[in-house]
Amino acid sequence: MRALALKRHRRTAPFVLILVLLVGLTMAAYATQSRPAEGAISTANAIGEGQKLFAANCASCHGIGAQGQTGVAPSLVGVGAAAVDFQVGTGRMPLQASGPQAIVKDVQFNATQIAQLAAYVASLGPGPAVPDAEAVDPALGDPARGMELFRANCAMCHGSVGGGGALTQGKYAPSLWGTTPTHIYEAMLVGPQSMPVFNDANITPEDKRDIIAYLDEQRGAAAGGLKLGTIGPVAEGLWAWLLGMGIIVGFTVWIGVRSS
Amino acid sequence: MSDVKAAPPVTGAKHAAGGTANYLDERTSIGAFTKFIARKVFPDHWSFMLGEIALYSFVVLLLSGVILTAFFVPSIEPVVYDGSLATMQGIEMSKAFESTLRMSFEVPGGLLMRQIHHWAALIFAASILTHMARIFFTGAFRKPRELNWLVGFTLMILSLAAGFTGYSLPDDVLSGNGLRIIDGVIRSMPILGSYISYGLFGGEFPGEDLIPRLFTAHVLLVPALILGLIALHLFLVFLQKHTQYPGGGRTDKNVVGFPLFPVYTAKAGGFFFVVFGVIALLGATLQINPVWNYGPYDPSIISAGTQPDWYMLFIDGALRIMPGNLEYVIGGYTLSLNILIPGVVVPGLFFGALALYPWIEAWATGDRGERHILDRPRNAPVRTALGVAAITFYVVLVLEGSNDIVANLFRLSINDLTIMFRIAVFVLPVLAFILTKRIAMGLQRKDRELVLHGHETGRIVRFDDGEYIEVHEPLNDQERWVRVSYTALKPREPAPELNVHGVRRKGYRWDRFKAALSRFYFEDRVEPVTPAELEEAQDHRAPVAESEAPRPEVEKSTTS
Repeated sequence: MRALALKRHRRTAPFVLILVLLVGLTMAAYATQSRPAEGAISTANAIGEGQKLFAANCASCHGIGAQGQTGVAPSLVGVGAAAVDFQVGTGRMPLQASGPQAIVKDVQFNATQIAQLAAYVASLGPGPAVPDAEAVDPALGDPARGMELFRANCAMCHGSVGGGGALTQGKYAPSLWGTTPTHIYEAMLVGPQSMPVFNDANITPEDKRDIIAYLDEQRGAAAGGLKLGTIGPVAEGLWAWLLGMGIIVGFTVWIGVRSS
Repeated sequence: MSDVKAAPPVTGAKHAAGGTANYLDERTSIGAFTKFIARKVFPDHWSFMLGEIALYSFVVLLLSGVILTAFFVPSIEPVVYDGSLATMQGIEMSKAFESTLRMSFEVPGGLLMRQIHHWAALIFAASILTHMARIFFTGAFRKPRELNWLVGFTLMILSLAAGFTGYSLPDDVLSGNGLRIIDGVIRSMPILGSYISYGLFGGEFPGEDLIPRLFTAHVLLVPALILGLIALHLFLVFLQKHTQYPGGGRTDKNVVGFPLFPVYTAKAGGFFFVVFGVIALLGATLQINPVWNYGPYDPSIISAGTQPDWYMLFIDGALRIMPGNLEYVIGGYTLSLNILIPGVVVPGLFFGALALYPWIEAWATGDRGERHILDRPRNAPVRTALGVAAITFYVVLVLEGSNDIVANLFRLSINDLTIMFRIAVFVLPVLAFILTKRIAMGLQRKDRELVLHGHETGRIVRFDDGEYIEVHEPLNDQERWVRVSYTALKPREPAPELNVHGVRRKGYRWDRFKAALSRFYFEDRVEPVTPAELEEAQDHRAPVAESEAPRPEVEKSTTS
């Protein structure tokens, strides 16, 4: 759809170029976050370093052995490396403040440190691992199947194309447009915050990649002009009144003034 | 006919135009009619053009709609998509949805036409409400225009029908969900509901008949009704003449303004292109109803941010604001008050009151005369306050209808938001009523003050005994006229309860109700300045200037 949209929007080339640039930057950011090669750091060493990082940054809530504290933080035994990579890699953890749900902020650790933390938590008990690059490559997925899967499983919270939506009591399903494919995959795998777990029996790894391919289609320029947040008719109605009626009524006043 | 020889030589174009006109006139006598129309006088004010926006956006709707019908297939028959859209490849969908995608992505200019059509629909509904608000707040619905108010009201309802049938046509998830909600509202009606629903949908929802039926309603039935009623609406405007704002020389028996030709033909013609241009601009730059995002309709699917177009949002809001526990099963039949009240009763009462408003107010005023001079909104404080209260009520429902969007945008709790709106929907209209009435009466008092004391000039004068006064400049005649020419109606007294025979009169209760209504409207009022008061005020000012005239002015300073 991106290619299609580009074709339709030759006149808005600068705008499209900026969007393409943004997509490029997102991809570049993703590339720089790519996981260190297997074996680049020895596993034992990583676990040791991870434990130190954990004790310094996470243990005050999750406990020194990551066993959790009732009413404060959950146990991390068995959550796997994927959970750590998602929570820390998107900046949700360490938690900034307690509230309806953990908010996304600047990522606090570099890729190596995140990998070390993940290795440590993964060593506490078996859990889902961080997916490899092929498992999350949108080019390998089928966006049409992803559309069907997304609509049936995700759209009720994240909106029809992943723009995000409200949940109960101040919780919310975030927009997925800025989320890296790896993090989308991990979120499905581990079910962070209010999100249910979509394990591999429920949504197979191929399905997950199709969903990622569908979401990838939503990035960049859209057919028909500015997307208005893609949150549906409310935004359209707002702009119809503000912009449409605003300009036209402005003209009536102008025409009226010129006569009298 | 001897004039023809004397006529000056004319250019070819003029000759052709004149010849055609003459040809027509000799066969239809249309000349006199054209002259009558062309010389018809209309008063001038920007707010008189709001209805024109509706008219012109309707023209845009017709033009773009004709193009869309050339490509739309109103059929529920399933096909497998094989177009240019990656996210829909190989998906089974109805022909209605497939043809919508095709006209959006494969027909050149098709998406632009769809977007222009949809934006025009939003502007159409918005301009009708704005126009209606202007009519309401200026009292333009009073005798003899009550019937035209009803025609306009019906047009407003038809605009909702036109919009909703169009919104439902593409057979995408959003429109299907909207139809399902309407289906639920229809079914909530006791006894009749399920029969109406089965009749409309041709069986169990969604059925296979609905899209063709909606298509007929959308391209034939509703537009034909709208077109006919627009003709009637405009005919009545011509017949009853346009209302005008108060001003010197304007009475209930004349119309002060410019002739239709050339002034208004030029203005209106230009304004059509302004409206068309703005709608085209919106259609070309802002995406609207991207059905390919929602996907083909499937009853099992719902997404966050599922809302109707804005003009139906208040019904969605009423449904969302209603506590859900008012469903009763009586003798095996379900009575869903949680749907019936917000979906049928509240809109029914709201629209009913709106339709009947001219008569409701006439009960209070007891006015039987024709009113061609508009009220300034401040001079009808209770009407203005009622209008603002109704708008407030409507806006609260619209906001509640968007509660998930509002909650997500401002990171609020959707539950708390709904509780707040449940309180607001009762409290805010009352508050708006009280505030608006106070403000309107305050403005009336300001007008009185201004008429009695004149404009502040900013010129401070000091007399030689040290007294400072600011020189006030009296209003000119036009300014004064606008501020004093209204009548502040007094509450009506009901006729006596007993007639001459000492028997209780028939219709006394009805009279008493009308008197109570009248008290509600006119108990608090600000009387316009009377000539006597004005004279007194001027006399009062005169001695300062005259009796102590010997005091020479020693200093003048201009501060503004």
